[in-house]
Amino acid sequence: MSPLCRFLRTPEAVAGAIILVALFAMALTAPLFFPRDPQAIAGPALLPPFQDWSLPLGTDRLGRDVTAELFHGARTSLAVGLAAAAAALVIGAVVGTLAGFAGGLVDEMLMRITDAFQTVPSFLLALAFVSVVGPSLGVVVAAIALGAWTGPARVARAEVLSIRERDFVAGARVIGMHPLEIAFREVLPNALPPVLALSSVIVAAAILTEAALSFLGLGDPNRVTWGGMIAEGRTVLRTAPFLSIVPGIALVLTVLGVYLAGEGVVETTAVRRSLS
Amino acid sequence: MSSPLLTVSGLTKGYRRTGKTIAAVDGISFHIEPGETLALAGPSGSGKSTIGRLMLRLIEPDAGHIEFEGGDFLSLNGAALRARRARLQMVFQDPLAAFNPRATVARVLDDPLRIHGITSRRERPRRIAALLERVGLSADLVARAIHEISGGQRQRIAIARAIATNPSLIVLDEAVSALDVSVRGQILQLLLDLQREERIAYLFISHDLGVISAIAHRIAILDAGRIAESGNARTVIDAPQSAIGKALVAAAPKLNRTSVRDAS
Repeated sequence: MSPLCRFLRTPEAVAGAIILVALFAMALTAPLFFPRDPQAIAGPALLPPFQDWSLPLGTDRLGRDVTAELFHGARTSLAVGLAAAAAALVIGAVVGTLAGFAGGLVDEMLMRITDAFQTVPSFLLALAFVSVVGPSLGVVVAAIALGAWTGPARVARAEVLSIRERDFVAGARVIGMHPLEIAFREVLPNALPPVLALSSVIVAAAILTEAALSFLGLGDPNRVTWGGMIAEGRTVLRTAPFLSIVPGIALVLTVLGVYLAGEGVVETTAVRRSLS
Repeated sequence: MSSPLLTVSGLTKGYRRTGKTIAAVDGISFHIEPGETLALAGPSGSGKSTIGRLMLRLIEPDAGHIEFEGGDFLSLNGAALRARRARLQMVFQDPLAAFNPRATVARVLDDPLRIHGITSRRERPRRIAALLERVGLSADLVARAIHEISGGQRQRIAIARAIATNPSLIVLDEAVSALDVSVRGQILQLLLDLQREERIAYLFISHDLGVISAIAHRIAILDAGRIAESGNARTVIDAPQSAIGKALVAAAPKLNRTSVRDAS
């Protein structure tokens, strides 16, 4: 049975994949369905959902279209989540590989730096970073990656420590390969699977962190974000709770979808590796 | 033969275990002439594999000298060491573990040619095909992954990788021990042919005196990190003087009947 087949036979994985596909569809079609600026006023303020079918999810305090905001917010959430997780995985894999492969003083230095990052709560780190550098999409991505790379770094290092003792690494040295080439071309690709297994958790955490930063007003002010929408709705929580509930549900579903699909991928590839 | 290809003197390597140091290799000295095979034999734990790894600088000795092709091999570092490695190659015991699990045959043979700039990028496919043919394999194997081919084919690829850089000495660490008996004879024959045609010297590490008597000119029998006795391979195997030599010969009873075929 192919891995794809096995993936499709796991109900949780399929549920996760469906959520993710819907999410990506939302993100990609946002400019198509809602070509206007989602932050422009589209109707009367505080219109409840399902009243006016041109504004299916109603409007917020300033009369902005909630549906449009939700679609455009999906773009931000996904972009930030994926970019931050990718950055964290790349930084973590490189640092972990260098530390594990070089050993000695380099290992000590890199791992103490990792420890230092790990002792600071990652959300606090992101908060401090964004408040100092200023809120923009790139800064938010960097801020989230800054707190998320330590996990992948530790896993990569542990994996590299065991792989570097294998004969094929000795073989690469014998043919005169440069140590950096051995580290990144021979060792790192073989150390990656357990590191990539962390990616679903990291993406989910990154989306949540982005929402939390936006909720605190530290997101990119020129972009609609779900966290920002929740923050907006908070002031009218008693009279118009849907303004917080709608983006809240979107957030929960997204994190759930990422996690389930990620677990599904890990599960199916793990079976494949143990069979081969 | 004027000067030896390789001279090892006073080579020592100890491992620290719970406070006290255990000498794995204890003041070993030997030399190898060009085109000659020296066998290192001995029971497990006698330090023979450690010597092989010391020779290739995979581990660093505590003391001793290694002179290779007229130069001090232990003083080389960085790029100079990597360049010198072209002349001193190794074949490992387990032909599967010796290759990156993701590698293809083409990549395994391309690496040494690329690293040492032996052939231009355009010429490499032809050179790889020639190497495969040289070790008795079909050139169609290039696109295959290492884990897709048989153990014997893998060991031939390992030999092809070792000879790709025109070495003068190859360390063979139990290179035929993991192979099927029928394949073992073929690989030994291939090694003998290569030696005859290219005048490559071998340091042949093995615990199997039957295999050693088929391939080695001289033998050194190791015991607990020291050389117990050494000399002409035939002479030593026919009439061992040391206790450990006698024990090893006694452990291989079919030795005198055949040379390569006896390994079962």
